[in-house]
Amino acid sequence: MAVLTSIPPPVGEAPTRRRRRRRSERVTVTRLRRSLRRHWTLYLLMAVPLVWFGVFKYIPMANAVLAFKNYNVVRGIWGSQWVGWQNFELFFQNPVFWTLVKNTFLLSVYTVAASFPLAIILALALNEIRVGLFKKTVQLVTYAPYFISTVVVVSMTILMLSPRLGLVNDAIGLFGVPAIDFLGNPDYFRHIYVWSDVWQTTGYSAVIYLAALAGVDPALHESAKIDGATRWQRIRHVDLPGIMPTAVIILVLAVGNIMAIGFEKAFLLQNPLNLSESEIIATYVYKTGLLNADFSLATAVGLFNSVINLVLLLGVNTIAKRITGNGLWS
Amino acid sequence: MSAETLTSKRIERRAARARRIRDSRTDRVFMFCVYLLLTVFLLVVLLPLVYIVASSFSSPEAVSAGRVTFWPVEFSLRGYKAVFENPQIIQGYANSLFYTVVGTVVSVVMTIAIAYPMSRRTLVGRNLVMSLILFTMLFTGGLIPTYLVVQQAGLLDTRWALIVPQAIGVWQVIIARTYFRTVIPEELVEASQLDGCGDLRFLWSVVIPLAKPMIAVIALMYAIYQWNSYFDALIYLKNPDLFPLQIVLRNILILNTYSGGAIDASVVLQRQQLADLLKYSLIVVASVPVLIIYPFVARYFTKGIMIGAVKG
Repeated sequence: MAVLTSIPPPVGEAPTRRRRRRRSERVTVTRLRRSLRRHWTLYLLMAVPLVWFGVFKYIPMANAVLAFKNYNVVRGIWGSQWVGWQNFELFFQNPVFWTLVKNTFLLSVYTVAASFPLAIILALALNEIRVGLFKKTVQLVTYAPYFISTVVVVSMTILMLSPRLGLVNDAIGLFGVPAIDFLGNPDYFRHIYVWSDVWQTTGYSAVIYLAALAGVDPALHESAKIDGATRWQRIRHVDLPGIMPTAVIILVLAVGNIMAIGFEKAFLLQNPLNLSESEIIATYVYKTGLLNADFSLATAVGLFNSVINLVLLLGVNTIAKRITGNGLWS
Repeated sequence: MSAETLTSKRIERRAARARRIRDSRTDRVFMFCVYLLLTVFLLVVLLPLVYIVASSFSSPEAVSAGRVTFWPVEFSLRGYKAVFENPQIIQGYANSLFYTVVGTVVSVVMTIAIAYPMSRRTLVGRNLVMSLILFTMLFTGGLIPTYLVVQQAGLLDTRWALIVPQAIGVWQVIIARTYFRTVIPEELVEASQLDGCGDLRFLWSVVIPLAKPMIAVIALMYAIYQWNSYFDALIYLKNPDLFPLQIVLRNILILNTYSGGAIDASVVLQRQQLADLLKYSLIVVASVPVLIIYPFVARYFTKGIMIGAVKG
């Protein structure tokens, strides 16, 4: 093929800036062309997954314009009538708005606050024991609930807390406390949600910190030992700084997901009695959108949530980078 | 053995003990606390599981009366019998098996198809592609816009609705790409190209065999996701014949829809008791497949999380 693949060297005076830029563009184009010719099979291989990302990730993003429209099934998404911010105004004026935001926010913050330190504590404690059956057992057992499905974890929670059958009520009954209908009382909802979540995920989360702890330089521990540091002092001054970068990233991700709290579990734990605390934005979107078929309003609510989430993530990431020098991306 | 060697051995041992750096008293107290803490963690996680298993092997009467704690009371297999006699559960089990196997195969193939090219340094545009993929982690269209795409694609109420829309996980793509990048050196690519090996041939005969441990990890992640997921089925499926196990579980365990038209009170009571027991047995039956595989693969799984935790 007679395709010109190399650029003729510039003759005469030094290239001006514009010419240089044009040249670099040309280099990219030639590189792309050469790469395409050499690796066309790989580009072809990527095509299907890329189309998938386009269809199932990017078209939905475009579909989110529905939030600014009045959805009409016959006319479709693009044919429907524009209504500006009307759907958002409807949502903001709805008396449930603040309840939803509050419930979503509190549930997430509580979850992060409870599970973040506990995972680190578990990892640090496990790390103190170098080898042995006990360590293996603890790790294997605490890790296991992560593999149980949300439906099963929620059912277990409901069964354990049931006033009629549950172990928990049997236990507190021993102290003469009358049976409590935990799930029927909105006051308990957040605690149930958070602590069953902690039960399920702490062992799994600890694995990441254990990996980070394995990367801490043993020489630091040796010198600390020689200087007469106790185990506790070594944790504070060697291990904790060692896992700091990992912890910051996990925390940024967790805070960045604060509004995106799991629909699945809240929805399963929900019942008419605890709705005042358990209705969160995600469950509300499901109910307005799919059960009441108000697509536009539900899209607006979902978009509101996504944007807040993105802003939170970017904000927290910036703060984390400024304070600790670690962020999600450099 | 003479008395003399015995004493010398004893002296040696005592000397060895003295040479070893001994934990100080604070350290010993500290270690005691560590063991105590870990024991608490262990029991808190373990006891609910033990309670469920113990209940599942007890008699319906004992379960309904709340007499079971951590050991089966009046051992019986009635709960399990009821589970395996329920056609809904069997159908759900079969469906879940299908979704898990087919879904995992599709996901793994798609993940490799995009992750491998992105790991090759001579490919132009891979950074742009990576950014496009990572962005989907930060921002999504939301539930309804996605639902509309699935609807327009004609996937509603078909088995593919549970497989296609969630075929690729970004996290798994990151894991696969990082693995390919670190395990397949560029020199290997060049050497094989000199021998006249094309890109696809190289992927099939060199890369995939080398990446087996990683493929096992992502396959497991996808399989567990499929086995445990219920939300997609909840929104995309209406036909009960297609329901995966998790939806059946939800209907029986959480919505309490396990009851037939009973006539007299004693039958109602018996049914109620059996329904209580069935829940425990069902939880065990539904979780056992995953929990049985898990100890064998936990090590690889841990590695997978660690690969994923590496930035880049």
